[in-house]
Amino acid sequence: MKELTISLVGSAGEGLDSIGSLFSTVLAEHKYALFSWKEYESRVRGGFNSYHLKISSQPQNYPREQSDLLLALNPEAQDKYTSLLKPSGLLIGPKENSRFQSLVLSFKDLAKKELGNSLYANAIALGFLTGILKLKLELLLEALQKKFATKSLAIINNNLEGARLGYGQALDSSLNLTLPPSGEHNYFFTTGHPATALGAARAGCHFMAAYPMTPSTGLITYLSQKQEELKVFTLQAEDEIAAINLALGASFAGVRSMTATSGGGFALMVESISLAGMTETPVVIVLAQRPGPATGLPTRTAQGDLLFAIFAGHGEFPKVVFAPSDPEELYLKTIKAFNLAYKYQLPAIILTDQFLADSNFSYWDFNWEGETPQFFRANPSEFKEYKRYQFTPSGISPRLCPGQSVHLVGADSDEHDEWGHITEELDKVAKPMLEKRLNKLKELQKEIAPPLEVDIADSKYIFISFGSTKESVLAAQKHLRTKGEKVGVIHFSELWPLPSYSFPQNALLITVENNATAQLAKLLNLGYSLNLKHSILKYNGLPLTPEEIGRKFDEIQNQI
Amino acid sequence: MKSKTKFSNNVPSQWCPGCPNHLILKALQNGLEELELTPQEVCLVSGIGQAAKLPHYLKGNFFNGLHGRALPVATGIKLANPKLKVIVTTGDGDCYGEGGNHFLHTLRRNPDITLLVHNNSIYALTKGQASPTTPKGEKRALNPRGVEDEPLNPLALALIQGTGFVARCSALEIEHLKEVIKEAINYPGLAYVDILQPCISWLKPSLETLKKETFFLSHDPQDFEQALKIALDPAQKWGLGIIYKNPWPKPVLGEGFYQHFSLEQLTHLPPLDLTIAQNLLKAH
Ligand SMILES: Cc1ncc(C[n+]2csc(CCOP(=O)(O)OP(=O)(O)O)c2C)c(N)n1
Ligand code: SF4
Ligand SMILES: [Mg+2]
Repeated sequence: MKELTISLVGSAGEGLDSIGSLFSTVLAEHKYALFSWKEYESRVRGGFNSYHLKISSQPQNYPREQSDLLLALNPEAQDKYTSLLKPSGLLIGPKENSRFQSLVLSFKDLAKKELGNSLYANAIALGFLTGILKLKLELLLEALQKKFATKSLAIINNNLEGARLGYGQALDSSLNLTLPPSGEHNYFFTTGHPATALGAARAGCHFMAAYPMTPSTGLITYLSQKQEELKVFTLQAEDEIAAINLALGASFAGVRSMTATSGGGFALMVESISLAGMTETPVVIVLAQRPGPATGLPTRTAQGDLLFAIFAGHGEFPKVVFAPSDPEELYLKTIKAFNLAYKYQLPAIILTDQFLADSNFSYWDFNWEGETPQFFRANPSEFKEYKRYQFTPSGISPRLCPGQSVHLVGADSDEHDEWGHITEELDKVAKPMLEKRLNKLKELQKEIAPPLEVDIADSKYIFISFGSTKESVLAAQKHLRTKGEKVGVIHFSELWPLPSYSFPQNALLITVENNATAQLAKLLNLGYSLNLKHSILKYNGLPLTPEEIGRKFDEIQNQI
Repeated sequence: MKSKTKFSNNVPSQWCPGCPNHLILKALQNGLEELELTPQEVCLVSGIGQAAKLPHYLKGNFFNGLHGRALPVATGIKLANPKLKVIVTTGDGDCYGEGGNHFLHTLRRNPDITLLVHNNSIYALTKGQASPTTPKGEKRALNPRGVEDEPLNPLALALIQGTGFVARCSALEIEHLKEVIKEAINYPGLAYVDILQPCISWLKPSLETLKKETFFLSHDPQDFEQALKIALDPAQKWGLGIIYKNPWPKPVLGEGFYQHFSLEQLTHLPPLDLTIAQNLLKAH
């Protein structure tokens, strides 16, 4: 067996997250690679949530459609999610089910009966998981002890007791599940947000203002909580318009600055993105996508804001848009986004989504030095007279900050002259100033990485994708290759300005996207004069799995 | 008052000849000079409107941003570099209308900046529509039956939100205005001055009327209850002076962070060390 998948299902408030994360610690100690993802409702208690773990010897950072083991914490969740179980799978839950190999077990009832409080159901469930996979109980006990270190002795003991109880139940059940062989490394796990935050801090960001909106909230929380180590000044703004304008003010004054939001908040920021373009004030904006329109599905995932991000802002001005694929890329591309924003003095947008925000990826080698912070500060002593918007061949004017030197610095949202003063001189000043800003695109485009290419030389079919779908697309492609299908992948992580690139001529190109209107296909048709007609789309708020991509590929093959 | 100071520049003004905005500019330039500040230390921030054009006509650093958005930009600048004297020049539409939410929350947040509102009770630049401080009943292009909304009382709002320095001035009492501006700039924390600025192109009350109506307040500006009474009293709406000045200024925004890290400014801090980044990610 190459991998084992487990789904934990229950309701909000039942602690699926803490079961998942504690169990992950135990697996890491056993040198397993792990991928986990979750889906949940926008509520604090009740409803239905699921947490999925994939255990393997080597990192396989993508979701599966079905699981080998389903562990249900309540009967309603069990009913809702049994479809996630493979026909050969094992069902553990409070209700009888004759369709699967199953064990009727209510962790809550057991906790109440044996430990006097249903709160300890999670400890029992953890013990059960540890037992059924023949993992070391001591490692779980250690993890529990660490987690509850600050709690009373009674709480600690009840948790340990619960874990032992669950472990015993698993052994008594004589049910059997086989784990893949353990790996060679001590993997570490991370979700997307910490990687983005650390990329920002590594790039020299010391200012973040934002307004909470799922799924960006985890990022701004991480930055705020880690102020001590990161030295990032963080501020909760009154709204997203304030957030981006605070960041622009700080950036103008000489501090690398960012903000983060989701679709609705991003919509509010759009006028100020144009302001960043006009005043040539660098700023980095993280847009964590969720399905829209309007409030949409707050806790679900989508890639539906691609074109919105690329075309955000009135008027014509250059910007950068990246769509990193995983935490490692979020770290690297965030550094690059800061570097480019500050080199070219423009807004840079990083697209992420709920899936990247909440999924845990495994790593042991992480490309820490793939991008390094670069600074582009002008030297004040080089200027006799300083002009913030000086005309230059590249369009990049040397950037000084107010209070930095004897030179005065002005910025203006009106069309302006080289000093930043309002102008009504149309042909002599306004037009060349607009051209100056757009000129920056020429050099900027050369810095944009071309897409990743996989097996395209002999391919009959090529999947084209961007951002968070990468690992699922690659897994689907690999699987199709083993079935003899000549499939390749072209994957974009840097999307705007579009890199210079020639698409293969003789393969059928199929975009794979987490949206309903094939936005990537539209973008590529426009940018590269292509005529893409085929897309594999998913827009129910859940991430794409390799299985679905495979099925939809078959459908496309049958159509043509 | 001097018509040429070290804060004068030669950018031609787009204001109407004779507009009292010119007087506010003069008071500000002279005030800055009398405080012995340099243009390099000063950063003016504005949004959009007639008032918001002021930063172009004064020698100093400036950020002329979007309509309504001056306050968050100014707060960001001050947080990044507290050595700068950050002054917002804005209009009643810019600050109380489009930027109303920022006004409200800046009062709570207490950044160490100076807020000068050119209050002409009108949207002058867009040709005379009603603003949040236009009196009820006044007929305007978009209010043919007269303004129906209650006018905003921004001074009372500022007081009840705990603003440490609240003043009302008139653009026509330029000596007084200059002195209040100087005190506002020196005040640690948000210092807010609402300046009555008659618009001679779109508004009825003539300069003479305003001159006649206004009077100087004589209460103790440290007396909060008295201050609130004045701000709420329609009979005192032409009263000029520092309405309230808290003798025990509250901590300013960012102070805690700066003290904690023993910083003077956020600019030019080095990027995060690679090993710290590695440890944090692995610990997650
Ligand atoms: C987002 C946005 N909406 C509307 C405008 C148009 N606009 C420019 S200035 C202004 C009103 C200005 O009023 P005020 O701040 O009182 O300035 P005044 O001209 O009276 O000094 C308006 C509505 C704009 N520039 N931006
Ligand atoms: S329109 Fe009114 S406020 Fe504007 S410059 Fe003319 S007089 Fe002054
Ligand atoms: Mg006005």
